[in-house]
Amino acid sequence: MQPLHLRSRLLVYGTFALAMALASLHLPPWLDRFRPDWVGLVLVYWAMALPHRVNVGTGWVLGLITDAAQGTLLGQHALGLAAVAFLTVRFHQRIRVYPPWQQALSVLVFLLVDQLLVIWINGITGYAPPDFWYLAPPIGGMLVWPAVYILMRDLRRRFQVS
Amino acid sequence: MAHLSSEHKPLFAPETAASIRLFICAVLSVALMTVDHRQHHLEALRNVLATSIYPLQMLAQLPYAAVDWATETFESRAALLAENTRLRERQLFINAQLQKLTALEAENRRLRGLLESTVNVAAERVLIAELIAVDFDPYRHQILINRGSQNGARVGQPLIDEHGIVGQLSHVNLTTSSAVLITDLSHALPVQINRNGIRSLAVGTGRFHELELPNIPNNGDIRVGDLIITSGLGGRFPRGYPVARVTRVEFDPSRPFAKVFAQPTAALDRVREVLLILDDIPDPSRGEKPAPLPEKSERVAAPPAKR
Repeated sequence: MQPLHLRSRLLVYGTFALAMALASLHLPPWLDRFRPDWVGLVLVYWAMALPHRVNVGTGWVLGLITDAAQGTLLGQHALGLAAVAFLTVRFHQRIRVYPPWQQALSVLVFLLVDQLLVIWINGITGYAPPDFWYLAPPIGGMLVWPAVYILMRDLRRRFQVS
Repeated sequence: MAHLSSEHKPLFAPETAASIRLFICAVLSVALMTVDHRQHHLEALRNVLATSIYPLQMLAQLPYAAVDWATETFESRAALLAENTRLRERQLFINAQLQKLTALEAENRRLRGLLESTVNVAAERVLIAELIAVDFDPYRHQILINRGSQNGARVGQPLIDEHGIVGQLSHVNLTTSSAVLITDLSHALPVQINRNGIRSLAVGTGRFHELELPNIPNNGDIRVGDLIITSGLGGRFPRGYPVARVTRVEFDPSRPFAKVFAQPTAALDRVREVLLILDDIPDPSRGEKPAPLPEKSERVAAPPAKR
């Protein structure tokens, strides 16, 4: 494996940075409930497309940065995103050949695992969720996945990242 | 042996390697979380990470900054004049009240001098801070402000708005700080009822419009509409600032304490600008010893009573 070109590297980092900014974007509360985990979605895409470059460790570091950005315990989103990366790398060959809507179902499962891990840790540390609205972000993620997938695929092809 | 893939990549991802990596990451995560939750040794790491994402937070806040700039720039002259008049009237009104306050303060100081009390009634030094429009974890009530350690901000400094207490700083970076609001589930602050001086704690409920006072006895003198102010105990918040107004009191004889809920006077979910109180809060009057601060005082003013 040769190291990625600088341009490809910039694309991968740039999309992650954009996802982080979207995750912090201030939204009205009714929309905030469905806010997809943008970092998780982008991570699923890259882990699926480049499983040898973007892996569990990438997810963990991204999660750590997310933790600092979201004000959660350091390691909370890190654990969740590491799990997402693991699951994606584990199943990447199957997901790759699915049509986007079917991929969305797998993405829903991955994001649910992530969200449940995060919510579980929240509960342990005294931030138990008051209702079931915590299930909404993974559903939001599933709904936007086809668009994210097509956008990312076109970006990857244009910049010839492989 | 030649690889099956034309790009000289192994066909199968190294799954065992991935699971080992996941295991290592999980162990690291649990270790980090434990240290972060129990002690507060990770401030340096958090500061490094927070500084690295500062440009991204600025990017996220850009649409709001642009809208603000546009409304200010393109506001009509008439609207500006009207606002100017309104503000001038308001200042006149506040100045009139302030005259009375100055006289009262002088009288209060003289009376306290007679009583040899050490309570300081002088005004605190404050710094205006603006909120940065970024969202945090929806289950934590936190805000980001545009003042950091280079402006003199320190962990634990209280934030107020024009109506009352907003919260306190929880993490301070170089140019920004994050603050935990008084309604956060982990937050509690020492308060008293303005009418009769009954002391209690105001514990966050995780809802923006509600605080709970968990330890008011069933026969306690508390009514709907009572103003709750800071008591100054605990040494975090200066005394005498409004915190909340009692909205609901439920007396249940089968429980030792009444259920008392209050609505914060500060507009916690709509606040745009806050005042950061810079001064160290003087010890409350010598007569009453302040409650000993727990080990976790870096994050909360006093431990929530329900845990």
